[in-house]
Amino acid sequence: MSDVAPISIAFAAMPITLTINGHERRLSVEPWVTLLDLLREREDLTGSKKGCDHGQCGACTVLVDGRRMNSCLKLAVSLDGASITTIEGLAEGDRLDPLQQAFMDHDAFQCGYCTPGQICSAKGLLNEGRARTRDEVREMMSGNLCRCGAYTNIVDAVMQVLESRGQIKEAAE
Amino acid sequence: MNRFSFTRANSVPEAVRAGGGADTRFLAGGTNLIDLMKENVERPSALVDINRVGLAGIEERPGGGLRLGALVSNADTAYDRRVAERYPLLACAILAGASPQLRNAATNGGNLNQRTRCYYFYDTATPCNKRNPGTGCGAIGGVNRIHAILGASPSCIATNPSDMCVALAALNATVRVTGPDGEREIAFADYHRLPGDAPQHDNTLRTGELVTAIDLPDEDFSAHHTYLKLRDRLSYAFALVSVAVALRMEGDRIAEARIALGGVAHKPWRVPAAEQALAGQPASAENFDRAAELLLRGAQGQGHNDFKIGLARRAIRRALRQAAAGTPQSQTDKRIA
Ligand SMILES: Cc1cc2nc3c(=O)[nH]c(=O)nc-3n(C[C@H](O)[C@H](O)[C@H](O)COP(=O)(O)OP(=O)(O)OC[C@H]3O[C@@H](n4cnc5c(N)ncnc54)[C@H](O)[C@@H]3O)c2cc1C
Ligand code: SF4
Ligand code: FES
Ligand code: FES
Repeated sequence: MSDVAPISIAFAAMPITLTINGHERRLSVEPWVTLLDLLREREDLTGSKKGCDHGQCGACTVLVDGRRMNSCLKLAVSLDGASITTIEGLAEGDRLDPLQQAFMDHDAFQCGYCTPGQICSAKGLLNEGRARTRDEVREMMSGNLCRCGAYTNIVDAVMQVLESRGQIKEAAE
Repeated sequence: MNRFSFTRANSVPEAVRAGGGADTRFLAGGTNLIDLMKENVERPSALVDINRVGLAGIEERPGGGLRLGALVSNADTAYDRRVAERYPLLACAILAGASPQLRNAATNGGNLNQRTRCYYFYDTATPCNKRNPGTGCGAIGGVNRIHAILGASPSCIATNPSDMCVALAALNATVRVTGPDGEREIAFADYHRLPGDAPQHDNTLRTGELVTAIDLPDEDFSAHHTYLKLRDRLSYAFALVSVAVALRMEGDRIAEARIALGGVAHKPWRVPAAEQALAGQPASAENFDRAAELLLRGAQGQGHNDFKIGLARRAIRRALRQAAAGTPQSQTDKRIA
């Protein structure tokens, strides 16, 4: 791992360890496999979506050590040791994450394709703790496109969770 | 994506030792390199992962100013309290770029070395002197709405897409690099280059050299600055034209002016004569017009991007007004102040 000698293996799978939704996984991965493809094709976690595969839509957003990133642009081998959270890892048993519940309460989707990425992105936004107004939520959710145009309801859903956590500006003042 | 070997470097010397090959690439956040590899624009035979070499901190420099590690993420740089308070122009420019997810992954060294977004550069079915020297330029006489109006050459009319670099140019940053021949410093103005007849070189980094840090000088432009970015949608889009302004005011006179333009050339565009013309002058509309005139002297459209000349002129005036008034463009509320 990171504190031992550099690993250099030409054209071969490499051993890595990832904690995916709380489970430690020891994997053997070719260097050119992206985190998104690893999750979808090998770990059977198809919640994260491939919208563009180029960082342009946000549908593949997951949390890497609690921070939101586009999984289509990360090589899995470069994340050895990291903790990954996908949409499948947010609920606790049957209890939905407050963001999942809020998206349902506000009808914050139509086809649902962008939704896992939107919710993981919103989770990252909450972890960051910087967005406190509607304008800020809009700007900080702008890395997630929604072809169905559910944007206003998505902002409503995120605002509901911010409000319940006492994180909106009006409530804080 | 082509097949390649993968090495993880655990220190700067290790990275430099592994990174010397002409078709070896350093992997930082990957947000540009992996994208280009998926398009077969980049086909490295080896990647050297530099995410664990250190260089992940922001430090005070002994003589004043800040040192930004090359592997600090764009997000952590913009939100660092010292950067936000002392170099708000830089924080604003970073936050005007990409998306929160991308800024979490993108690093400072990667941002400096990101390649152009020219559509032909990305399309391996078309000629491009930057991608394949000597094949021609698809953008000249092609679709060139996003292309350069200043400093272009008959070989290439691409623009540098970075927002962060526009602020770094205005702030007179220095790029620190380490390579096979040791360490050196490159003034920001000399880091990126104009295309000339070698557009395959975006910058003056030599093969195998690693960017280790960006130094910010101990200067205070925090009271009068702005980063004004104009683009096709309000967020998550590259600049058509952007303007970074940093002013030092004495009363209602401008003591010192720095102006850098983004989206208009192969490198952040500065014109010393335009800045000197403002020094010692009142912050007036006539003086702002004069500065815009000097900045855009020699500007030439390519057809689809002709509109950029007028857009840049108005953006420069607006940005100077914002900076002089101490009302920087908000990166959240997108109404133009
Ligand atoms: C959809 C999308 C929208 C974007 N919008 C914007 C925008 O509006 N404004 C903007 O400014 N940017 C934008 N970006 C670009 C983004 O900022 C860059 O991709 C990012 O900064 C690159 O950093 P990285 O660490 O991911 O670099 P990587 O992709 O890892 O590397 C990029 C290049 O730099 C080299 N490199 C990396 N680190 C070093 C180093 N320390 N020394 C030497 N060479 C190095 C690599 O070898 C590679 O050639 C956007 C990107 C995407 C995908
Ligand atoms: S403008 Fe430059 S990058 Fe674009 S096609 Fe021409 S040579 Fe290539
Ligand atoms: S699939 Fe990753 S951003 Fe679109
Ligand atoms: S709900 Fe269909 S794309 Fe967002």
